[in-house]
Amino acid sequence: MTDDWRYGGFGLYVHWPFCQAKCPYCDFNSHVSAKIDQNAWVRAYLTELERYREMLPDRVLNSIFFGGGTPSLMHPDTVAAVIEAARDIWTFANDIEISLEANPGSVEAGRFTGYRDAGVNRVSMGIQALNDHDLKRLGRIHSVAEAKAAFDIARNCFDRVSFDLIYARQNQSVKDWERELDEALSMAIDHLSLYQLTIEDGTAFGDRYERGKLRDLPTDDTAADMYIATQEVCGKHGMPGYEISNHARPGAESRHNLVYWHYGDYVGIGPGAHGRITIGERRIATETHLAPGNWLEAVNKGNGELTPLVLTPQDRANEYLMMGLRLSEGLDLERFVQIAGVPLSEIRLSYLEELGMVRRDGFLLKTTEQGRSVLNAIIKELLVD
Amino acid sequence: MTDLAHIRNFSIVAHIDHGKSTLADRLIQETGTVEDRDMKEQLLDSMDIERERGITIKANTVRIDYTADNGEKYVLNLIDTPGHVDFAYEVSRSMRAVEGSLLVVDSTQGVEAQTLANVYQAIEADHELVPVLNKIDLPASDCDRVAEQIEDVIGIDASGAIQVSAKTGQGIHETLEAIVEYLPAPEGTLDAPLKAMLVDSWYDAYLGVIVLVRIMDGTLKKGMRVKFMSNNTLHHVDRVGVFRPEMEMVDSLGPGEIGFLTASIKQVRDTRVGDTITNDRNGTEEALDGFKPAQPVVFCGLFPVDSAEFEDLREAIDKLALNDASFSFEMETSAALGFGFRCGFLGLLHLEVIRDRIEREYGIELITTAPSVIYHIYMKDGEMLELHNPADMPDMSKVDHLEEPRIKATIMVPDEYLGDVLKLCQERRGIQEDLTYAGTRAMVVYDLPLNEVVFDFYDRLKSVTKGYASFDYQMTGYRTDNLVKMSILVNDEPVDALSTMVHRDRAEMRGRAMCEKLKDLIPRHMFKIPIQAAIGGKVIARETLSALRKDVTAKCYGGDATRKRKLLEKQKAGKKKMRQFGKVDIPQEAFISALKMDG
Ligand SMILES: Nc1nc2c(ncn2[C@@H]2O[C@H](COP(=O)(O)OP(=O)(O)OP(=O)(O)O)[C@@H](O)[C@H]2O)c(=O)[nH]1
Ligand SMILES: C[S@@+](CC[C@H](N)C(=O)[O-])C[C@H]1O[C@@H](n2cnc3c(N)ncnc32)[C@H](O)[C@@H]1O
Ligand code: SF4
Ligand SMILES: [Mg+2]
Repeated sequence: MTDDWRYGGFGLYVHWPFCQAKCPYCDFNSHVSAKIDQNAWVRAYLTELERYREMLPDRVLNSIFFGGGTPSLMHPDTVAAVIEAARDIWTFANDIEISLEANPGSVEAGRFTGYRDAGVNRVSMGIQALNDHDLKRLGRIHSVAEAKAAFDIARNCFDRVSFDLIYARQNQSVKDWERELDEALSMAIDHLSLYQLTIEDGTAFGDRYERGKLRDLPTDDTAADMYIATQEVCGKHGMPGYEISNHARPGAESRHNLVYWHYGDYVGIGPGAHGRITIGERRIATETHLAPGNWLEAVNKGNGELTPLVLTPQDRANEYLMMGLRLSEGLDLERFVQIAGVPLSEIRLSYLEELGMVRRDGFLLKTTEQGRSVLNAIIKELLVD
Repeated sequence: MTDLAHIRNFSIVAHIDHGKSTLADRLIQETGTVEDRDMKEQLLDSMDIERERGITIKANTVRIDYTADNGEKYVLNLIDTPGHVDFAYEVSRSMRAVEGSLLVVDSTQGVEAQTLANVYQAIEADHELVPVLNKIDLPASDCDRVAEQIEDVIGIDASGAIQVSAKTGQGIHETLEAIVEYLPAPEGTLDAPLKAMLVDSWYDAYLGVIVLVRIMDGTLKKGMRVKFMSNNTLHHVDRVGVFRPEMEMVDSLGPGEIGFLTASIKQVRDTRVGDTITNDRNGTEEALDGFKPAQPVVFCGLFPVDSAEFEDLREAIDKLALNDASFSFEMETSAALGFGFRCGFLGLLHLEVIRDRIEREYGIELITTAPSVIYHIYMKDGEMLELHNPADMPDMSKVDHLEEPRIKATIMVPDEYLGDVLKLCQERRGIQEDLTYAGTRAMVVYDLPLNEVVFDFYDRLKSVTKGYASFDYQMTGYRTDNLVKMSILVNDEPVDALSTMVHRDRAEMRGRAMCEKLKDLIPRHMFKIPIQAAIGGKVIARETLSALRKDVTAKCYGGDATRKRKLLEKQKAGKKKMRQFGKVDIPQEAFISALKMDG
């Protein structure tokens, strides 16, 4: 067995669905709950992991990711138990990456050494903004000072620390963002995630936006300018975008996310977690119960999973297209043929090339700088139907 | 067979929604024609589309038996008619089949444009009218004012107007008595050759074509052979009957009676409304006057969204046309939209009804192009062409001049909105012909180009008058004007389905408005798109739709694969429903919306 499961690698995603407060823009599967019985959750995670022992034997694990929600609310023992169980089922790659998403509050910072001892070697912190006014507007419960303090503790604990910012916020100008980005780059170690604010349906921001109450958001044109500025500034600082919203010094890319974007295999456990696993010739999409209570109950009855789905070659092709084109390194056209059974439409490819949206570099298909900002339009052009 | 003195034939006419069908319900119910348990509102409006929109589209006939206060038994043949101007033709032919009408006026509204139109038709048909003031149960009812208005505006005696609530049944008995007392009995000769008027015909899946007839002289019997005089075709009558309102078979129908026959006729086109039906041998010599056929005045293209459905569309249109002689069609090819049909309608409502039926009953999604009228094009070589479709406009250098159809429009409106109405008519190149007042209501008559009215005039009229104006029109004839064809170019390619005929003086304004509209309607693409309006080779308006700058999902992780893929696949399927012109996708609604004028 090789360590990169058919080129894409193999990862484990663990979802922790709880937060201290729900942010108004967030549509992740996150809930505020007063009482969480961590022992019950450990047992449930282990039960779920166990199911994969027979299904996916002899695999080399490249990455574990604790995502949320706010996984920095997990007890370090919970994290340790999951890591140990995974080690018992699969062989860890020598350079396995074990990441945990952390909120930058003081409470969480206190647990960092515990996570390190459990085996976590990378932390990604949701700092979101570098001014207190905007943090408030984003409904965050920490200040910039607290965030910076937590970040300092984290960098003393871990070699690899990344943080997230959300931009294209209300009243933010391109200049404002460039200044903030400069500051962020001066703090950054080797990885940054920079997300444009997305107004999601079903969130508090989504409702406000519908009612016309979320004012002064940048226009699409301004947001596009901000994106271009982001690429330029980060590039100059040696942190080029290796994906639509992710920047790293070469070599410091998040391995876990690369599994997704390389369309590798990943097991997903915890409420609402998705997985993609290859068994024989079949590629299977897995999904679990979304509501934490339902999930826990289902697991206690034996299985937290919903009916798994076998993906058609077309589904697979379209998923690979959607994921792979996000990467600056490009999509592997030969691998595409392996997955889809057919090559991408030559007519559409040359049309997109003519428009300056994509270019071919050997067997790699890459988006141009111009194409990257309209990736959805490119994907729609190329989708297999 | 009933003796003439005990027959009364009448139609119920009124402005739209004044309560004709509801009044018919009460007359049917009061006389016990239909059992209470089988009653439903607007019983005669049986088509789905009628029930859904709450309007009558097709006239309906019912025979009811009534024992009057004088103890005599009468047979009443009632025809409920549509109120909408598009179907005015139904009213005029119904009136030809009867001796009188109930003129229903909503006592909360008063005289409206179609009330007037109906009165003119009644006068033309030499016809008795009994005014009925309806909806007296409503608090806003004002019978005295409306009676006065009827006398002022229409000039008929309203002292005997019956006050009715078709909802509660109040005044229904009085209405029945008035019918017997004031409407004339029909005339006719029993022992004469058969002479029957072909009033209407429609297709029934079980019985074939059903022919509605009014017997003038002689007898129509089951089993006899008859001749349709217009084309001298002979038919064997296999059924004779009346509507109550369900079909009820009878052996024969005599003078003054209204009923139906079937004769194994396969197509509505084989019957001509207004025709005279007589005996196959020794029939009557003189035919009835006949009706002027209903002519389509509004034309538009209907194209299937999915071009693979063209044959299905052909079948649907064939079937609908089978039953609707006023609807015309011919095949059309458009560089932009592919294969479809150029269809002719009596008006916009008629267009909407047919389009709805195709979409719903046949499950075909349609692209409808902008409605147009028939232009007369006089060529330099003296030839005259009828232009149904702006895309077919010949080379202007060969054209001598153009004529467009004009109408006489009658608009009734509360005087506070008069200014807005005048402004609207003026904007639409109208020429005022008359302006009179009845109380606080104004009646304006305008000479307008039909072209300016077919599209969104009625919508605009309703919106500037908050729904208080009523409108009726008649075609008057053709007149020369300075008309040109305006083309629209999207990304430098002409889109034939967006071509329109416009008055030269308004071309710039219309062109600008259309380019602006299209700029909003066409989604941004990966490149910038010029949108231009041109006359001949000359660009008269231009807008640029800038390129799409941002369409990317900021965060996409493992859990998103399924959801985001489905979303993109769905969007792509939606994109396919748009029409491609060169590299540009134009959404289907753009073909109509681009022409709507907001101000
Ligand atoms: N309150 C009240 N409402 C009535 C009366 N008569 C009719 N209506 C209502 O008025 C509306 C129109 O009635 P219809 O009988 O469909 O009118 P119509 O004249 O047949 O309309 P078209 O066939 O579309 O021209 C319906 O909502 C009826 O319920 C009445 O006497 N009183
Ligand atoms: C799954 S969230 C969890 C991180 C952690 N709970 C926190 O909030 O700090 C991961 C990241 O997604 C980003 N994110 C969440 N909702 C977003 C939105 N609506 N628009 C843009 N980015 C968003 C935020 O930067 C956030 O840090
Ligand atoms: S952004 Fe993070 S902290 Fe806020 S609700 Fe979402 S997952 Fe929880
Ligand atoms: Mg009606």
